[in-house]
Amino acid sequence: MSVPKDLRYTKTHEWMRREGDVAVVGITHYAQDQLGEVVYVELPEVGAQAAAGEELGTLESVKAVSELYAPVGGEVVEVNEHLSDAPNLVNDDPFGEGWLVKIKIAEEGETLDAAAYEKLVAEESA
Amino acid sequence: MKHRPLREEPLIFEHNGNRYNRGRFALPPLDVHNVDLNAVLPENQIRQPLRDLPDLGELDVVEHFHRLSQMNFAVDEGLYPLGSCTMKYNPRVNEAAARLKGFTSIHPLQPESQVQGALRLIWELAEALKTITGMAGITLQPAAGAHGELTGMLMIRKALEMRGEHRRQVLIPDSAHGTNPASATFAGFEAVEIASAADGTVDMDALDRMMTADVAAIMLTVPNTLGVFEPRIVEIAKLVHDRGGLVYMDGANLNAFLGKALPGAMGADALHINLHKTFSTPHGGGGPGAGAVAVSEALVPYLPVPRVVRRDGRFVVQWDDPSSIGPMRGFYANFLILVRALAYIWGLGPEGMAETAETAVLYANLVRHRLSGTYHLKYDAPSLHEVVFDDSYQHAHGVTNVDISKRLLDYGFHPPTMSFPLIVHGALMIEPTESPSPEEVASFCEAMLSIAKEAAEAPELLHDAPHETPVGRVDEVEAARHPRLRWEAGEAT
Repeated sequence: MSVPKDLRYTKTHEWMRREGDVAVVGITHYAQDQLGEVVYVELPEVGAQAAAGEELGTLESVKAVSELYAPVGGEVVEVNEHLSDAPNLVNDDPFGEGWLVKIKIAEEGETLDAAAYEKLVAEESA
Repeated sequence: MKHRPLREEPLIFEHNGNRYNRGRFALPPLDVHNVDLNAVLPENQIRQPLRDLPDLGELDVVEHFHRLSQMNFAVDEGLYPLGSCTMKYNPRVNEAAARLKGFTSIHPLQPESQVQGALRLIWELAEALKTITGMAGITLQPAAGAHGELTGMLMIRKALEMRGEHRRQVLIPDSAHGTNPASATFAGFEAVEIASAADGTVDMDALDRMMTADVAAIMLTVPNTLGVFEPRIVEIAKLVHDRGGLVYMDGANLNAFLGKALPGAMGADALHINLHKTFSTPHGGGGPGAGAVAVSEALVPYLPVPRVVRRDGRFVVQWDDPSSIGPMRGFYANFLILVRALAYIWGLGPEGMAETAETAVLYANLVRHRLSGTYHLKYDAPSLHEVVFDDSYQHAHGVTNVDISKRLLDYGFHPPTMSFPLIVHGALMIEPTESPSPEEVASFCEAMLSIAKEAAEAPELLHDAPHETPVGRVDEVEAARHPRLRWEAGEAT
């Protein structure tokens, strides 16, 4: 189960990459594996305000509907438009093409480094 | 076992043009003047013939739908162990009662004097359900379980408003039915999840921490969706009441303690009863449903109207009451469902009712005993009417709960509920109910054991399952990602 070292993670299985003052957000490989084939992604509108730790959207798989939580707070500056036609990108490339939203960081949230996240996943899958 | 049909059955639209037109009904000649529509109406108001409308003889239509019906798995065909759905047998005498002319040929606006029997039936069922639940009042109006939840939550909201309180939150365990948070939200509250303790019951420390002055109510399913009875229910209700909250109980699993225990004594303020589950009226596409809501004294003033009350030995309809939350739907209820439910209750009597719960619990525990060790049991607290396994033992062979469920179809059983409750990953939630014979339950267990063996020895057999059904494994992902909801002429199927 891959956990890139250069990302920050949440306890609710989102990842976040800093690009200047913007955070790129997606769900982890572990999260997509637990969810199964994603069939629908509901994301906020560009311009919406995200609050750290609060719900930001939903991901629907054939098995379940799961919430997406914002790792940081701030304005949503971009959403991944490709996902409406190709939600499978979340499964196929969760840390790359399957990114979900970009947030201009205004409020820091509680995040973990890769080692701490790996430990969390190990505990959950035990 | 559901065999493949002897021949392919095309869609009814595809019959068109493929057969000799055997002619339609011959109608008698018109006894009025034939009017040329084009002469009297503008073109846009004249209906054009529908393209591709099937044009078949009566027998062709009968055969088509009969053949389709043979491809279904139905509740009258074998074990249908959908957890949390209580797919019990629908006794035929209930159906006979519901088809009595006196019940089917009346109108809700008929004078009370002409429908005393129907009003009495509503009153009798209400009284019977109050006795069964130990609650002070009841409404039979809601049309289904979730509608009942909303009714209960609106009564709770009103009760708090009358106290001058504006509590916003509703606590809901993570094992709850998805309808609970939806109903709470719909009623204007904020649903707050409360985590389960390691044994699947409510975490008392978490409850103590979260039960603040902003909490309107807790919504609890008893026994919960793991089939585990909440042993501290009285303590939980006391804590919630002491801090000014109310207790909503989801009665979807009432079958587990029917005739054995009283939700009223457990401290419930509102409890919805799925007549279509616990009281054997048809459900699951065979509806309509009925989600009666029983309430404690605290909520009686807010019950919906109209209500049927008895005055001087006669039954009258009370159409209004200023304290009521108002009507939750048109008129009284899905009345003919009430007829079936009362027929079921009177047919069983108090002893029969208790035996129902005993048998349902016995069967679920028979399944639990036979399959434990072969299938993983994440929460092993003693369970009542249903048992939740998961696919983690089979995962080693690349087999999931979906594969197991699909393979069950080849053995002639309906699959259990899958991937619910959400706190059990890869869940297989089994509820046999009291209806099947012990032999049928044993056959189901044998099938499950045999499938576990196949999972280890020939997992590919499960990956491609079902093999024997009219339609094989469908591509659920493709269907969800690119749904085709409408047939179009010339389209390949």
